[in-house]
Amino acid sequence: MLKLNGISVKYGSYTAIQQVNIEVEKGDIVVLLGSNGAGKSTTFRTISGLNKPFEGEIEFEGQSIKGRSPDRIVQSGVVQCAEGRKLFSDMSVQENLRMGAYVHRRKKEQIKQSIEHVYELFPILKDKRNDAAGSLSGGQQQMLAIGRALMSKPKLMLLDEPSVGLAPLIVEQMFEVIQQINKEGTTILLAEQNANAALKIANKGYVFENGSIVVKGSSDELFANEEVRKAYIGA
Amino acid sequence: MAAFFNQRNVIALLVLFSVAFPFITQNEYFLHIMTLSFIWMIGVYGLNLLAGYTGYLSLAHAGFFAIGAYSLGLLTVKAQMNFWLAFVLACLITSVVGLFVGLIALRTKEHFFAIYTLCVGYIIYLVIDKWESLTEGVRGLIGIPAPSNIGPIAFDNALSIYYLVLTILLLVILVVYRIVHSLNGRTYLAIRNSEDLAQTIGISTMKNKLTVFVLSTFFAGLAGALYASFVRFIGPDIGSTAITFDLLTYLLVGGIGTLSGPIVGTIIIVWVSQQLQFLQDYRMLIFGPVLTLLIIFYPRGIVGGVVDWRHKYQEKKNRKLSVNSLVKPEKQVKEG
Repeated sequence: MLKLNGISVKYGSYTAIQQVNIEVEKGDIVVLLGSNGAGKSTTFRTISGLNKPFEGEIEFEGQSIKGRSPDRIVQSGVVQCAEGRKLFSDMSVQENLRMGAYVHRRKKEQIKQSIEHVYELFPILKDKRNDAAGSLSGGQQQMLAIGRALMSKPKLMLLDEPSVGLAPLIVEQMFEVIQQINKEGTTILLAEQNANAALKIANKGYVFENGSIVVKGSSDELFANEEVRKAYIGA
Repeated sequence: MAAFFNQRNVIALLVLFSVAFPFITQNEYFLHIMTLSFIWMIGVYGLNLLAGYTGYLSLAHAGFFAIGAYSLGLLTVKAQMNFWLAFVLACLITSVVGLFVGLIALRTKEHFFAIYTLCVGYIIYLVIDKWESLTEGVRGLIGIPAPSNIGPIAFDNALSIYYLVLTILLLVILVVYRIVHSLNGRTYLAIRNSEDLAQTIGISTMKNKLTVFVLSTFFAGLAGALYASFVRFIGPDIGSTAITFDLLTYLLVGGIGTLSGPIVGTIIIVWVSQQLQFLQDYRMLIFGPVLTLLIIFYPRGIVGGVVDWRHKYQEKKNRKLSVNSLVKPEKQVKEG
């Protein structure tokens, strides 16, 4: 479904990621592991068109999306849920969700259904639908960020560190919801530092270090890999 | 009492007041000042749409104001064109220039955008000032006609022009209101909030920014054309950066990114500076510090300050209610 072929990205003369190859099959949950600054976010920004790759090729459903503008990439079905729960904090919860359906802005009926769907996934958002997004707690903001990404009805969702800074119980819930979204037919590419939780729901994973992929494999393989265990699972 | 001052009543009162204003005061001079304020407001609304809602601070707006004014002046005086045709063309010419400037300027951001547009504004001023064969340079354009009759309505006195300008201002406010309260308005806010974020949810930021930029220059051109036909004489000074900063001051004092800010700011500054005429240029000694204090303590101007104050007041009231009742206190808070 999504294929990155030898992608390199530079910020000025600094190489952020180098020769990255990633393959995501339809229906998968694929996880990118790695510490801060390893290149996960840059990879995401490149897929969604915010950064232009210096070399390499990006294919989505057999078509090259390299060089397409970010809004056209969202239209073709790839949406990013950015790190740090970036929301429109002055707007209400419901307005944030509506903004998420921007590419479908003419389909009123569909937007209504999508909003209901998000409220089913995250009932707390329904209670808070008229509150300003900035007034929500960390976990609720993350739910809203995921909900907003869902509003564009993506085929592939890029989730950048959804568990960062959340309480363990909330993290667990978050991963359950991600699994459910996946079961409903959205392919998921997940960037995480919480390897333990992420590998439990993922089919396969890639490990980033200093801008390159150093290990890849199925989640069982990565679980068994001594170095990965040492670096990211801590056992 | 507080309920009486809701939004709809305040708007109705303001409209009523502005319609009745010429009958309240018979002073021609006051009428003149008021008409001029309305013209500035139209320009400030243009600036507000761009700077307040998408967060792009353009310092070229006096330039676009001047393009509107000079287009109308040249088309009527030199090309002897019908007034209303020239009027429409003046607005269109300004928008087209705006489109081309926007295409380049919007590739920059934040202070680079401000500096770039400042240069564009100055270049427009220089072109008007130096291109003597076309614009008459520093001598200025004299004898711009007043608006020609629309059917039975003649615009041959101050009163009729006052109402013409008021009508156009109300239309502009209505258009801006509709834009701000639509999906487009929220899209512009999203761009101001974070352009990257706006892009990742599928907003074509360039297209939206360019639309706002062109619309904003259209309003500036409209204000310029009205100015030219009202004052009947224009010189290159109307395109100077001082005018840009006048517009910006009106906007900042009233409240950037608020709907009523342009009205409040323009009225207050124009009238206060009229009252302080006797101080001549020394009045800037008062304006400067007041403006600085205002920006430090009320970054969203007078209107923004009032809105914040009302929020706080509401919250306090709610808290009091919940303490008093003690029954399901959370519920009370939510309703506010």
